[in-house]
Amino acid sequence: MTLRWDVLAAIIGMALATYLCRAGGYAILRASRPPRFVQAMLQHLPGCIFVAFLAPALASGGPDTWVASLVTLAVQVVFRKLALSILTGVGTVWALQALA
Amino acid sequence: METFSRAGWLRGLRAALAITLGLSPFGLVIGVISASKGLSLTEALVMSGLTFAGSAQLVVLQLWAEPAPILAATLACLVVNLRMAPMGAALAPALDRIRGWRLWFTLAWLVDNGFALFVAEMRAGRRDVAFVLGAGMGMWVNWMTMVTVGHSLGAAVELRPGHPIFFAAVATMLAILLPIWRGRGDLAPWAASGLAAVAAAHGLGLGAPWPVLVGAFTGAGLGAWQDMRRDARA
Repeated sequence: MTLRWDVLAAIIGMALATYLCRAGGYAILRASRPPRFVQAMLQHLPGCIFVAFLAPALASGGPDTWVASLVTLAVQVVFRKLALSILTGVGTVWALQALA
Repeated sequence: METFSRAGWLRGLRAALAITLGLSPFGLVIGVISASKGLSLTEALVMSGLTFAGSAQLVVLQLWAEPAPILAATLACLVVNLRMAPMGAALAPALDRIRGWRLWFTLAWLVDNGFALFVAEMRAGRRDVAFVLGAGMGMWVNWMTMVTVGHSLGAAVELRPGHPIFFAAVATMLAILLPIWRGRGDLAPWAASGLAAVAAAHGLGLGAPWPVLVGAFTGAGLGAWQDMRRDARA
């Protein structure tokens, strides 16, 4: 049950910095009326953020990752159940590794 | 249309529960690493509870030192979590409809997966911001539980890199991404985003958050340019 003061100070810094990121983007937007190009960009940002997350991970993954990704997507398209898609994807990686 | 309802909060909570398996490995890893860096369980939980940002905490723990690196930890969170700023901005159509504590308290619970799930909600015509709060809180409980488990097991759990469980995070994002797809117009922006992110990560060797930011703004910029050109012709 120890909580050192220097660790606590670091944690408070981390928490404040993170909240600034969470709230700051919207706070700036709310305070200023952005030009139309920026508003159009915001419509596209959500999808692009996640593609930008996934692409490097998929690019550095092997064939196991690629096959399992396709299986995950296919299960999601057919059943639209996130839990099932995730479970099937992880199961596919596990099975492919066990077979190799 | 509801702007902040109990029903919305419950919808968010249920959505978070559905991806439990996808969320759990990250908390486990953070718990294990926290223990290995000499953080007490209390310290690991206070850090995880207040920061609630896995990638940033991972980076901080990698540069952890004695005494605690206060400035470096703060800066690392600022840089790694910079990606959340455009997320909050992208939720403007829903956030514009609430104010006061509801707005600023809900933003404290904004996380990657909660954001993606809520974008899918918005695309389906629902703009109940309490969804973000419910999803965030559900994920927070999972997060704290798994950090506790990981810290308690410590070195006893051996999660080698490439363990199938690590695919859970990728699978979660892939599955959530699907309902965000709006049609052919998304193809070019998404492709540009992916290519730019891969180029930044593997070509230029940049670390977090730069590949995500470079990719996201390249793709969104192309999408906006497409839209403006289409509107100009119409």
